[in-house]
Amino acid sequence: MTLDPVEHTFRAESRRVLATLIRLLGDFDLAEEALQEAFAAAVERWPSEGLPANPRAWLVSTGRFKAIDSLRRRARFDASLGRVAEQLGEAVTPAPEVEDDDVEDDRLRLIFTCCHPALTPDAQIALTLREVCGLTTEEIARAFLSPTPTLAQRIVRAKAKIKAARIPYQVPARPDLPERLASVLHVVYLVFNEGYSASSGSSLTRHDLSSEAIRLGRLLVELLPEPEAMGLLALMLLHESRREARTAVDGELVLLDEQDRSTWNREQIAEGVGLVDRAMRSRQFGPYTIQAAIAALHAQAPTAADTDWSEIVGLYDVLLRADPTPVVELNRAAAIAMRDGPEVGLRLIDELLARGELEEYQLAHSARAELCRRVGQTGEAIKSYRRALMLTRQEPQKRFIERRLKELSGGLTPA
Amino acid sequence: MKYLCLIYSDETHWANIPQTEYDSVLGEFFAFTKQIRDQGKYIAGENLQPTRTATTVRVRNGRISATDGPFAETKEQLGGFYLIDTPDLGDAIQVASRIPSARYGCIEVRPVVDFS
Repeated sequence: MTLDPVEHTFRAESRRVLATLIRLLGDFDLAEEALQEAFAAAVERWPSEGLPANPRAWLVSTGRFKAIDSLRRRARFDASLGRVAEQLGEAVTPAPEVEDDDVEDDRLRLIFTCCHPALTPDAQIALTLREVCGLTTEEIARAFLSPTPTLAQRIVRAKAKIKAARIPYQVPARPDLPERLASVLHVVYLVFNEGYSASSGSSLTRHDLSSEAIRLGRLLVELLPEPEAMGLLALMLLHESRREARTAVDGELVLLDEQDRSTWNREQIAEGVGLVDRAMRSRQFGPYTIQAAIAALHAQAPTAADTDWSEIVGLYDVLLRADPTPVVELNRAAAIAMRDGPEVGLRLIDELLARGELEEYQLAHSARAELCRRVGQTGEAIKSYRRALMLTRQEPQKRFIERRLKELSGGLTPA
Repeated sequence: MKYLCLIYSDETHWANIPQTEYDSVLGEFFAFTKQIRDQGKYIAGENLQPTRTATTVRVRNGRISATDGPFAETKEQLGGFYLIDTPDLGDAIQVASRIPSARYGCIEVRPVVDFS
């Protein structure tokens, strides 16, 4: 089956063309309109005139022309638009050459602008999915289980702020790059987690978010091969490789040590492991790469028992230095429990919980419950699972904890 | 593009630091002002008296009411401002980050409406 050439070009090029039009026209809405007009012109003309030699350049210059033309027409009612049209016309006449390098830079400019820290994280996510990934507002709303008008308003406001505050359409300069890249990677990882932690009813649409995040991760590695970008892509691929295994046929959650490892996606694991190696060799890696290295060790262990827990604990030590948070400490404690026995891990988790920061963190109580269960402290295990149950909002998680509670209290009931 | 940089910090902090430290921060402010003046980014800037000197004025039903104190009680108070002219927000953030008290308090950067 052959795709209609206009539709094929639209799929392959629309985001690139949009990114360049935003730079040339200096306005998101104007650029989106211009993109639509350019493709409408392509539908009309390409079938009879044939495909242009460089469809991308054709679309950019047609879109730019249409935008200036439309501003001129509207200028009859609003004189200030006429000035804008003149400026745009003068600044770029004759039509700019569209070099491939410029186009790739424009895609990066678009990503960095959508993920600018002057926008709220929610707005960064929505705008990135809309403008960079080309998802419709309805698709984004469905994936985030939010009403479409809320999402639409979020996007409108973000674009209005970009315009009003004049957020620059730029790739940040070297000194600012690590921090700005961290903000972009954070957005990509939030999108991924939103899709990954989803289950049941809406899992289909939300699964798309993980694929979208991986696609974004790939794009970033291609445009800006920084170690942490590779680390994040690796981390996402390694998590994604276990998607099938982590949910049972009945939709229930399956923990890592009980998963059927033959269903793990070997291709994604191989790609992830390769990226971890590349990022580690740079010696400039950060938290995403270290987490990916941990995920890679899990992915490469033939069975749960064969996991190299000493190596994993070592990596958590490194991660704790790069990202000193109680959640990392908790994960490290869980790894130590696997290496040195549940009593040792339990002691660490009790110390952590006593500090109070993780009091509201469901996984801390679940981890404690699990270790109590293993050392035979059934009463304590039940107490912690109940606390975890109160804190969890995800249905599969809830059902998992309820199942554990049933098993444990079953053990307590006299036969 | 004009941006107003509103400088917020805990004013009790300034009241309680030793004179030498106060002088040194003041010196930093003068140096900063000179720097952005030389770069052509400075339009205006002032240091404000503490909020205990503030008066809030309203007109309701044609009558003026003037009450003691700032409009909003907050942990950090407006203590001064710079009005700057930079090409875009990226540059404005760079300038704001160099305001000496950004290290203690915070700077709210607001684009100014252009009526032209």
